[in-house]
Amino acid sequence: MTIGLTGLLLVAGGGALGGMGRLALSNLVARRLGAAFPWGTLAVNLSGALLMGLLAGVLGPSAPGGAGPVWQLLAIGLLGGYTTVSSLSLQTLTLWQQGRTHAALANLLVTLVVGLLALVLGWWLAGGPA
Amino acid sequence: MIAWRAYAAVGVGSALGTSLRYLVSLAMPGIVGPAFPWATLAVNALGSWLIAAFAAYGARRTTGRVARWQPFLVAGFCGGFTTFSLFGLETLRLLEQGRASLALAYVLLSVVLWLAGAWSGHRAGRRAAARA
Repeated sequence: MTIGLTGLLLVAGGGALGGMGRLALSNLVARRLGAAFPWGTLAVNLSGALLMGLLAGVLGPSAPGGAGPVWQLLAIGLLGGYTTVSSLSLQTLTLWQQGRTHAALANLLVTLVVGLLALVLGWWLAGGPA
Repeated sequence: MIAWRAYAAVGVGSALGTSLRYLVSLAMPGIVGPAFPWATLAVNALGSWLIAAFAAYGARRTTGRVARWQPFLVAGFCGGFTTFSLFGLETLRLLEQGRASLALAYVLLSVVLWLAGAWSGHRAGRRAAARA
């Protein structure tokens, strides 16, 4: 297996920008809405899912298989690094450990259901077959 | 921490995490086959374990290296390593291929592994902090 250096650099660069964008948005949202509920991570994952749908719709169905440079930079790097599952898991566990079972369930279900719908919406808006 | 330092730490950590996820996604289909998104399933489960372990350890050892490196390790590395958007896209692709039950299995297995990972990582981090 050969790994292209250009591809790896594109993925890393996109990942750096995505991670910093995630920090910026989650800080902004936490300042506005407070830190009692993980609104920041929710906002990041829902917006990232919508953008991923748009991108997949624009680039076409063959994109993930034949990973071209645009896909490596924007999908695998930028949006892949922007969205996160680790924070979602940790924050859901923390809510549950605080005895806030409903908030924990809501966090998980809203992320999954609205996130997948946002992805389909983005795909549909960009002209993908939905 | 000064704002720009937090951004730099998260940026570098996220670049490393994202690159490692990319390498796993290149290596895994050759090992377990391309029919199911095993690579994303694995990184998301492992990343959930790691973030909870770092957070639990850092919360008890507040002056240690893990606590100081928290932005790099947690929001940076674990945040970039795991991905929700690619998980969603893979689910959509399975649905598009008419493999609805496989898509459902992917979502359910993912959620179970994310939460089990975080729970087990939290315990491991707490135990490691008690020993340190």
